Amino acid sequence: MSTLTDMRRDMNARMFKQQRNMWIAVALVLGCLPLFYGGSDFALTVSIQIGMMIIFSLAYNMLLGQGGMLSFGMAVYFGMGGFLSMHFMNMIEADTVWLPMALLPVVGAFIGLVLGLIIGSFSTRKAGTIFAMISLGIGELVAASSLIFVKFFGGEEGVTGDRTMGPEMFGVDFASELEVYYLVAAWVFIATLLMFLFSRTPVGRMANAVRDNPERAEFVGYSQRFVRLISFAGAGLFSGLAGSLFAITYEIVTEETLNAVTSGAPLIMVMIGGAGYFIGPIIGAIFYTLLSTVLSNYTEIWLMYVGIIFVLTIMYLPAGLTGLLLMHNPIIKAKKLKRILPVYGKIALPVIGIFLGIVGLLEVGHYAHNASAGDMTMSLFFVSVDTSSYLPWIFFTGILVGGFMLAKKQAPSVAETYEEVHKEALGGGDK
Amino acid sequence: MIETTIFSLLNGLVYGLLLFMLSSGLTLIFSMMGVLNFAHASFYMLGAYFAYEMSIHIGFWPALILAPIAVGFAGAALERYGLRNVHKYGHVAELVFTFGIAFLIEEVVQFIWGKDQQPYNAPPLLDFPLFTLFNVDFPAYKAFMLFVSIAIFIALLVVLTKTRVGLIIQAAITHPHMVGMLGHNVPLVFMATFGVGTALAGIAGVIAAPVLGTYPGMAFDLGSIIFVVVVFGGLGSLAGAFVASLMIGIVQTFAVSFNIGMPDLLALLGLEFGADHFLVDLWTISLPQIGPLIPYLMLIIMLIFRPLGLFGSREV
Repeated sequence: MSTLTDMRRDMNARMFKQQRNMWIAVALVLGCLPLFYGGSDFALTVSIQIGMMIIFSLAYNMLLGQGGMLSFGMAVYFGMGGFLSMHFMNMIEADTVWLPMALLPVVGAFIGLVLGLIIGSFSTRKAGTIFAMISLGIGELVAASSLIFVKFFGGEEGVTGDRTMGPEMFGVDFASELEVYYLVAAWVFIATLLMFLFSRTPVGRMANAVRDNPERAEFVGYSQRFVRLISFAGAGLFSGLAGSLFAITYEIVTEETLNAVTSGAPLIMVMIGGAGYFIGPIIGAIFYTLLSTVLSNYTEIWLMYVGIIFVLTIMYLPAGLTGLLLMHNPIIKAKKLKRILPVYGKIALPVIGIFLGIVGLLEVGHYAHNASAGDMTMSLFFVSVDTSSYLPWIFFTGILVGGFMLAKKQAPSVAETYEEVHKEALGGGDK
Repeated sequence: MIETTIFSLLNGLVYGLLLFMLSSGLTLIFSMMGVLNFAHASFYMLGAYFAYEMSIHIGFWPALILAPIAVGFAGAALERYGLRNVHKYGHVAELVFTFGIAFLIEEVVQFIWGKDQQPYNAPPLLDFPLFTLFNVDFPAYKAFMLFVSIAIFIALLVVLTKTRVGLIIQAAITHPHMVGMLGHNVPLVFMATFGVGTALAGIAGVIAAPVLGTYPGMAFDLGSIIFVVVVFGGLGSLAGAFVASLMIGIVQTFAVSFNIGMPDLLALLGLEFGADHFLVDLWTISLPQIGPLIPYLMLIIMLIFRPLGLFGSREV
């Protein structure tokens, strides 16, 4: 008996060490990232935005992935956290309250927590469709109120503030983008660590149990409603924190932070990244933010691509990008990746063809539709294209259809090879 | 006062029946397949845009018939090639999938027709005041809307209760497996219901868009009200959807037309507040302003006191 406990203690210690090292690595990466940007302001801005979205989508996944609650109104906590932080920022500027700006996110987190407790008290009775509809209703209620209560929400102009005011900590006044980056990075680290630890607590584990089988969880002695409420309040807390970081970063909060687009963003990020994994929302947030910041520089219809990727992910990759990557974990461990890569190479070409075909058709169509009269040459994939002729249409339709047919022909053999190698990798691991 | 009441009642009836045209399809689809179609209002939008495009080429009346049919086929295709594949991942995935489709349809509509409102108007044949009461005109087009809605309502009632198809649909709602055992093609029934439900939304789009406007946000604006209606009435209950549609339609119309507010109430109580008080918006609020909020408030109050909704019978 004692050897068993010793063994368990041993294992726990080893896991603890592994995890500790991982978190140290995360901190190092967050700290060193700006060194690689070579002073690029754009890269810093994007990183800050990614940081905010990581917190927001992780908070969202406390509901969807861990608790099984689908929310369409997460913007309430994000936006209210942002608005109240902004009013607090103005109070700091007016010297009514004393608070270093670096600790402002605590205010946002508190607001999110309180709102989460209030709204959660009646909306977490059930998960499922009713929960989703209540969240949508409350989201709409708050979004509509934001245009009525002009004094508080600032109407369409929003509320502005100045983050450089107030008492300084360590002589940092957040006048530069880099200082804001480090503030956001620090909060990302804290929030991610806390949410990870939460998912390992008994309540965090019970959230999974309630998601999978609420009845049995009740028989074990946990109130499903209480467990859901805890997750809900936690999600509100971290969403409010993210909203606060938004207020600090942009020094302006408008009603847009409360609307349906803001509510939809974390859902899209979590589903693309993979709701079933802790790291999924992080990958989704990075992917979505890069898409929205970088892609929007090149094309006006980037939201259409987001929509297409989103729908395709739900249909064909229910575990998200993370699931796709982790599928290959045992194969990489067994060092059999070399066997599967050539097969992937074979199908890559038709997939790229499909991709080019869709993008080409959409872009040419968009250009032909919207360009001023007489303007018929556009630059696409570094080639100038004449949108008035049929040639680009035929070309892109051709590679789309061709790619699709080829991909369909090769897909079974790719799946077969994957299964085979995967089985071997698992079998090899056991021996 | 009396003319405002009569006109609000009439307008509320028109709006409420329009809501029912959408919520009935949504309820049918929900009770049969267990999935709340988030993209339902997007088919309403598609109906409006299809009808607009058709009315340019072939006129309003053929569009009134053809646009809903096209929408119905689009809906059936979505069920057959999309939703049916996602079904195995569970209800949350299905709901998220329809959310994605709603998102995508809005983008596609913007891609094809642009972000601006389209000049889709009532046909000239119906562009006259039907009657004038207390110097206020009641447009013939609204009477036409009322007529179409009531016709659809009666047709739906007859089909569901008096025909064989209606019996199969009713049976498939409560006992899908048993219906399958009896030799009926349940997937086909599902697909057909989805098609008919979305076609109903399409009709609503065709007849409502000349009044409510044809723009890319129209799906979301009406969509969230439709969800309020079906949850308020009780998910899966057609009678509930009917009562809730009329209630919300009439309440919202009344809220817009009666300009009373806090200032009147405060004056009645003899109170007065400064214009730069932090809560000034609260003291000056009026009924038309909070009109859009009322359905959501009704929803929240209903869910706190009776989570099943008005006539709902099943927990979801």
